[in-house]
Amino acid sequence: MLGRTLREVSTALKQGHITPTELCQKCLSLIKKTKFLNAYITVSEEVALKQAEESEKRYKKGHSLGDLDGIPVAVKDNFSTSSIETTCASNMLKGYVPPYNATVVQKLLDKGAVLMGKTNLDEFAMGSGSTDGVFGPVKNPWSYSKQYREKRKQKAHGENEDSNWLITGGSSGGSAAAVAAFTCFAALGSDTGGSTRNPAAHCGVVGFKPSYGLVSRHGLIPLVNSMDVPGILTRCVDDAAIVLGMLAGHDPKDSTTIQDPVKPFTLPTSADVNKLCIGIPKEYLAPELSSEVRSFWSKAANLFESEGAKVIEVSLPHTSYSIVCYHVLCTSEVASNMARFDGLEYGHRCDINVSTEAMYAATRREGFNDVVRGRILSGNFFLLKENYENYFIKAQKVRRLIANDFVNVFNSGVDVLLTPTTLSEAVPYLEFIKEDNRTRSAQDDIFTQAVNMAGLPAVSVPVALSNQGLPIGLQFIGRAFCDQQLLKIAKWFEKQVQFPVIQLQELMDDCSSDFEIEKLSSVSLKQ
Amino acid sequence: MSSLLSAPSALREDALRRLKREMWARAVKLGLRSWVGWRRGFTSKADPQRSGRVTAEVIEHLERLALVDFGSLEAVARLEKAIAFADRLRAVDTDGVEPMESVLEDRCLYLRSDNVVEGNCAEELLQNAHRVVEEYFVAPPGNISLPKQDEQEPFSHI
Repeated sequence: MLGRTLREVSTALKQGHITPTELCQKCLSLIKKTKFLNAYITVSEEVALKQAEESEKRYKKGHSLGDLDGIPVAVKDNFSTSSIETTCASNMLKGYVPPYNATVVQKLLDKGAVLMGKTNLDEFAMGSGSTDGVFGPVKNPWSYSKQYREKRKQKAHGENEDSNWLITGGSSGGSAAAVAAFTCFAALGSDTGGSTRNPAAHCGVVGFKPSYGLVSRHGLIPLVNSMDVPGILTRCVDDAAIVLGMLAGHDPKDSTTIQDPVKPFTLPTSADVNKLCIGIPKEYLAPELSSEVRSFWSKAANLFESEGAKVIEVSLPHTSYSIVCYHVLCTSEVASNMARFDGLEYGHRCDINVSTEAMYAATRREGFNDVVRGRILSGNFFLLKENYENYFIKAQKVRRLIANDFVNVFNSGVDVLLTPTTLSEAVPYLEFIKEDNRTRSAQDDIFTQAVNMAGLPAVSVPVALSNQGLPIGLQFIGRAFCDQQLLKIAKWFEKQVQFPVIQLQELMDDCSSDFEIEKLSSVSLKQ
Repeated sequence: MSSLLSAPSALREDALRRLKREMWARAVKLGLRSWVGWRRGFTSKADPQRSGRVTAEVIEHLERLALVDFGSLEAVARLEKAIAFADRLRAVDTDGVEPMESVLEDRCLYLRSDNVVEGNCAEELLQNAHRVVEEYFVAPPGNISLPKQDEQEPFSHI
């Protein structure tokens, strides 16, 4: 049951093959078994069981709230959740219990979703590995997969099984790991520079970033107000579309959400691929790109061509500057957003009491880690009077050039862009920490952050396993507010590539009944 | 503190200086020794590998503005690398290009009507603060700025 898609489980719930409470308990038990992954910071067991009970009552009366009713979900720990601790994986907010729900969380709960817990991340969502939070790093479930382990046995003998585990990517690594390990059916992440798509590619799940302005940011603890977007992580594109349908729409509490009406939609299975024009940005052929990713990228382009789509090379000339521009804008906005943490109204407060400035300084020193402090200081540097014009304003101008690059490409008839999501498959943690956070972010966000600067929708779809048995994903970028069309194309592609299911051997032995392919009479992947 | 305000100015200055010394003594005891200590180390040894963009003055200015400290020479080196990285933007020709603040610049920002629809949750909000008195957040005195580096007392007598 846990290996099913959201739609299939929802049907099973409606038909009474399983109850919400049973489903919730299975997920809770799996969360306990996969505790070593460190995907969850807080597991909201009581809350989840209570919500499951209420969902069960609704199903018994035949009043289900829809496709999400009774479905276990997880939420990244930088979304405010009422009465549930929200920490952003930082000492600054340890013990902070918000008095309200983020709009997206509220929408999920209103549709009957069952909240399993809050997932782990890089501190304040700053990072590309989910390794820099105070609760420790998140381990990629694929480190323990049969597919990876078998390949490793051929290379290293007698090695300690757990010493060389892989990172999940970040910063929404906990959410990606939670979905990949079957502990929930959907998870919320946040995407500022690729933080949803990067871990999705490394963990073999679908990571969707909606257009900026489509989904409310109210309650998402902000990093970069002009680029942040709540992201959706699921095991298939169809599930992401279901969740998007529930979350999208204007929110009076977030004035940066557009006011156009948004209706939930069902994705068709066919995509009229022969009418499409796919763009391949030539500047994305980076020298650091691994040959395996490049080969899958090329195969994907050929696949579209063989189905009759027009596949053309396009140019995004300012690509090489986009990571620099992102770096300046991100640190500047971060410097501003982190100023709210002073220990007075919420969060950590130090013991010094002689003056506000001394108190703020000590509180912030104790509350933030090196990465956050480094970004605040860099941001403040770029915002100094003497630097403002040359760095911040300059970066804003370059941002317009980058956004225009995309506009020009889409205006020339391209429907969707196809690019890699990451440079390579997930790397071992010990390898990852050899470089500092800023360097890694600059390297790993290369394909993903330009999309945030232009506010476009994008999705990472898992394509195939590498030679080492690890997932590789490819990214589709769509036109602004054409999220539905983007997902339609992604769904078609996903069906063609048939990405393999992760085989978590130890877990399967313990709860094999959960993973048996049960034949349910009217449930089918074909719609 | 109120008696301090009414005292003659010379006495007041003296008292302020004493207060600052006490503040630093306490700050040091509470573990901020390393913050000040590393800065002393910084000024006395110049690292030949660094570009020198980030001078002691800039460091002090940033720490005061951000109310966050560097904490180590490595952090300064990281900032210099970050600046060098950002300098690559100079190569882009942005003549005649307007800065872009938001991707939704062509749309009107939504403003709701000016009616009270929520609030009255003072008790809930106060629960998250460490120090409150009745319905007030308690803050330390606000008119004392962080001392400059040259105003710090030597550590030998502590």
